[in-house]
Amino acid sequence: MIRFRDFTYAYPTGEAPVLHGVDLEVRPGRFHGLVGASGSGKSTLAMAAAGFIPHAQGGESTGEVTVGDLVVADTPLPDLVTRVGLVQQDPFDQISGARFTVREEIAFGCENLGVERGEMVRRVDEVMERLRIAPLADRSPYELSGGQQQVVAVASMLVMRPEVLVLDEPTSQLDPAGSRMVVEALAAVRATGMTVLLVEHGLELLAEHADELHVIADGRIVAEGPPADILTDPRLDAWGIGRTRFTAAAAEARRDGLWPRSRPLPATLDGAAAGFRAAANGELE
Amino acid sequence: MTAIAIEDLVFRYPSGVTALDGVDLRIDPGETVAVIGQNGAGKTTLARHLNGIHRPTSGTVRLDGRDTAERSIASLSASVGYVFQNPAEQLFASTVRADVEFGPRNLGRGEEEARRLADRALEATGLTPFADHHPYHLSPADRKRVALAAVLAMDTPVVVLDEPTTGQDHAAVTRIARIVAALRDEGRTVVAVSHDMDFVAENFARVVVMAQGRVIADGTPGEVFTRSADLERARVEPPQMLRLAAELGWARPVTTVPEFLDALRAGPSGRG
Ligand SMILES: Nc1ncnc2c1ncn2[C@@H]1O[C@H](COP(=O)(O)OP(=O)(O)OP(=O)(O)O)[C@@H](O)[C@H]1O
Ligand SMILES: [Mg+2]
Repeated sequence: MIRFRDFTYAYPTGEAPVLHGVDLEVRPGRFHGLVGASGSGKSTLAMAAAGFIPHAQGGESTGEVTVGDLVVADTPLPDLVTRVGLVQQDPFDQISGARFTVREEIAFGCENLGVERGEMVRRVDEVMERLRIAPLADRSPYELSGGQQQVVAVASMLVMRPEVLVLDEPTSQLDPAGSRMVVEALAAVRATGMTVLLVEHGLELLAEHADELHVIADGRIVAEGPPADILTDPRLDAWGIGRTRFTAAAAEARRDGLWPRSRPLPATLDGAAAGFRAAANGELE
Repeated sequence: MTAIAIEDLVFRYPSGVTALDGVDLRIDPGETVAVIGQNGAGKTTLARHLNGIHRPTSGTVRLDGRDTAERSIASLSASVGYVFQNPAEQLFASTVRADVEFGPRNLGRGEEEARRLADRALEATGLTPFADHHPYHLSPADRKRVALAAVLAMDTPVVVLDEPTTGQDHAAVTRIARIVAALRDEGRTVVAVSHDMDFVAENFARVVVMAQGRVIADGTPGEVFTRSADLERARVEPPQMLRLAAELGWARPVTTVPEFLDALRAGPSGRG
């Protein structure tokens, strides 16, 4: 579980706080998304959840962040990293530099956790298979394309099976099937009780898979709720978040009387198809 | 005006990986071309051949009929601007403005002209307020737009963008779309690598699909995004509107919201 309680934070270099009175909770086995415009504080919030703030970045904070029973600010980073995994925004930053091959790179975190060797090999093989990077196993992590590096970064964290996994735009450089694969993998680990918080611009995948979305604007959580509500909210423009084309098309069609008036706007393919099918069958009220 | 002609291009990294395995591609002056395809397909490797960062293992890359092998990177950079996938590889100055002015100065555009070009590029990318910041202190999304501004300021006839919308929010994607349209209207050639199929469908007249170091499909968005077997091979999904039209059983390949709405308004006869 991750919980922010009235958390306010300013970087050591900046005067003004970047996060203001953030209250946010993700319970075990839940998969939440965090959305917001550039500069709204998404990465700062992600780092605070994983303890990089304050432990690596310093700065001033009030309020509290807890992970399970641990107060993040009071727990040394080495103890935190066994419980919370952070996939950083730039995959290049995450390569340990300590290992020669992709397989070793992915195993590195498990080694540090002291996972028994046979178990580690099993886990590494499984995650490489699941994320379709087995063919890259013997390559150097530095000799990969941008997207391949990003998948390796996700694999390196998933393999550690942390209690809480925080990911900062882990699909930004992935091909469409790869983005879908990663988000589906995150949805699947819910079953193991893992708590997942995903910062993501890909609204369609969030609409399909996330349990709940939190909207951040200027360092404040301004809305939260089920993706179907958040992604069709009239305030989306004010929040600086786009809309899926499904939502945009249905909104426009509704103005022309071509979308059933009693139906909420859709954020997914299935929702859009159902609405337009109903309209074609004469359901316009 | 600069035409690009690539013939049987093969490129092997020193590690032995064959990243390009016989690419043939012709791009006419003024075209807007999106390059899409699976991670590791060779898109970046291809893009980097256009301004000479990579040199062919075999095959040729010609600009206006001249083999790029005969031209220095300095000479190529006056013709082709390349925005790196990872801006950390591109930026080096201590302020945003210095990074953006570097290109035009280096091309000998003169103090005043360099400043004017930089101002225009900063404005277009929404970075004017950050002109005096250190690029390293910006967010990755802003830094990526500094890399874009640095290339725009060079005022080259060919602009190559490697994943320009990565990490950008809605407002920034809209800005980048406007920049692509402005470059097109000025008659420049724009080649962009992207994983955002909606952005591609909305802003590019031609789509090139790569898989395993080769071009496997090439055409308008309507043509390419209906070739499902090729798309699957390239790990690409069609744009949202095309998937919706397919789900509704329409034959007409609509790829954008305006196209979808036109077909919707036209009634069953307009949907093919
Ligand atoms: N520096 C490098 N050294 C060795 N091999 C590399 C290097 N960079 C990329 N490769 C390999 O070359 C092939 C093509 O990579 P490239 O970066 O061109 O792909 P891409 O299509 O741009 O992928 P992405 O969508 O992930 O950016 C891949 O197999 C990749 O692993
Ligand atoms: Mg690339």
